[in-house]
Amino acid sequence: MKGLRRLMDRLNPLFAKGGKYEKYYALFEMIDGFFYSLPDVNQSAPHVRDGSDLKRVMMFVVVGLIPCTFMGMYNTGLQANAAMASLGIEAAAGWRGGVLDGLGIGYDPANIWACTWHGFLYFFPIYVVSVGVAGIWEVVFAAIRNHEINEGALVTTMLFALIVPATTPLWQVALGITFGIVLGKEVFGGTGKNFLNPALTGRAFLYFSFPAEHSGDAVWTAVDGFSGATALGLAAEGGVSAIQDGGITWMQSFFGTIQGSLGETSAFACLLGAIFIVYTGVASWRIIAGVFLGVIATSTLFNLIGSEANPMFAVPWYWHLVLGGLAFGMIFMATDPVSAAMTDAGRWIFGILIGLMTVLIRVSNPAFPEGIMLAILFANIFAPLIDYAVVQVHIAKRSRHLARQSN
Amino acid sequence: MNSETKKVITDPLFNNNPIALQILGVCSALAVTSKLAPSLVMCLALTSVLACSNVVVSVIRNHIPSSIRIIVQMIIISSLVIIVDQLLKAFLFEISKQLSVFVGLIITNCIVLGRAEAYAMKNSPGMSFLDGIGNGLGYSLILILVGSTRELFGSGTLLGYQILPLVTDGGWFTPVGLMLVPPGAFFIVGLLIWGLRTWKVEQVENPEYQIRHVHRLEDA
Repeated sequence: MKGLRRLMDRLNPLFAKGGKYEKYYALFEMIDGFFYSLPDVNQSAPHVRDGSDLKRVMMFVVVGLIPCTFMGMYNTGLQANAAMASLGIEAAAGWRGGVLDGLGIGYDPANIWACTWHGFLYFFPIYVVSVGVAGIWEVVFAAIRNHEINEGALVTTMLFALIVPATTPLWQVALGITFGIVLGKEVFGGTGKNFLNPALTGRAFLYFSFPAEHSGDAVWTAVDGFSGATALGLAAEGGVSAIQDGGITWMQSFFGTIQGSLGETSAFACLLGAIFIVYTGVASWRIIAGVFLGVIATSTLFNLIGSEANPMFAVPWYWHLVLGGLAFGMIFMATDPVSAAMTDAGRWIFGILIGLMTVLIRVSNPAFPEGIMLAILFANIFAPLIDYAVVQVHIAKRSRHLARQSN
Repeated sequence: MNSETKKVITDPLFNNNPIALQILGVCSALAVTSKLAPSLVMCLALTSVLACSNVVVSVIRNHIPSSIRIIVQMIIISSLVIIVDQLLKAFLFEISKQLSVFVGLIITNCIVLGRAEAYAMKNSPGMSFLDGIGNGLGYSLILILVGSTRELFGSGTLLGYQILPLVTDGGWFTPVGLMLVPPGAFFIVGLLIWGLRTWKVEQVENPEYQIRHVHRLEDA
């Protein structure tokens, strides 16, 4: 490691101010910061509790996403293998089949190893493309804007890869992450200045641009010729009974062995991640609790109202929580510290707003089976207003208190 | 053409574009631009209304009582819009249907009223006519750019001719659905403004407040 340090120090003057490659300083700084800790630490006010910086916060989110990633890979492979078994297909098509045959892994849906490998071959290209494309944009903007490349992009790409369907064509992945990084984040000045969650912005772009492949009523299993509906699609047609008729139990839904986007099906894996990021203080438990309450309150309200024509009215809250991307969005997307509300009271309101909107869209909007994405983006836009209102209320309360005291 | 006339016509193209800098007339720029053909007709309609209203307002500018000048301007503009609307219905019925209410809404287009109030009330009919043409061209420039981008990427066509072969017809191009809905136009207008202000830095607005610098690099 000494040699590496010496090499970096020798290269440093080339990238420093006035050096030959001054423009690429951000790139040098990224590599240096990756191997060693950052040369400069935060010195100003808000970081009083410990030396936590953006780098560590972002890495903790990535660690929190690990259960979802593995569960997602396993489930994608499981769904594909199960569909192949039921359709009687012997081997996967294309290069994935070649790799799986070459390694002698097979397609047994009961074999965890085989399923995870199959899913990995879908997850990995999507992840590599999103990291690659996002990385290029980060470097371009870091060079133009003269700021550092930071780990925000790592979290964004990880989240993005986990919320797209496994069958998304790679050029759509590239287009989506480009939209998310450039228009969701960089136009506003980069990480910390974005008011929308960049990964969700990219997902929303795909959702509205290519609705046939992304809107979530058709199934996303990685096998040609398999057709069906996602659990949410089933629920929209016939409520909980339709899901259960489709052979899906609540436990299956909870552990995530159902159809859905790559890494967001398992509420259990999200829960594991949630415990980690809440314990480390990266995510706000108030937001998560707020979404939870919002979902329970709104879906119970719909249960009480009831409806003859719309079976979604009758879906109870504990089904809402395990279907679609709600758990993933609630834990990893809504708690994004940049785009969420900043005040404690604001976080409660922010969370409840998301829960309410999610169920509202799921139940009452016939065009979109899933609502968490739009609900979070919607609440992101309101977050500054919520914070403003909370602060104003607080100021008003204090000045009333002061007025009473001086009387 | 002396420099003053030239400035009146060319300034609204890039230096003082009604949509990109003054952010006026954005509603119609979002609504009618999903295809290039209606965008072109809209440009023509707006430019002719703008030029004519500027001339008429300028001719009678010394006889309009100041207290009711907006009403007088509106009457002139709406009469012109009704004429244009009837002409479109008579000769371009299909496109007129696509433009629906947006021809009528030229009456409330801030560019038309803005030029009448800001320029035609103070300048000669000839110059006012040129100002109307210039601002119409500035509006048209953005509409044509937005309209052609949206039609090309949203349906793979330009003026109805297939440029990019669609996947559904055996080609390679998957249409981008976002381009066909008004938010798509919003993003394109935003990107155009971003490009324009990168090129002409003087158009960048002053920040409302400066966030404290956190990176040593940002000071550089």
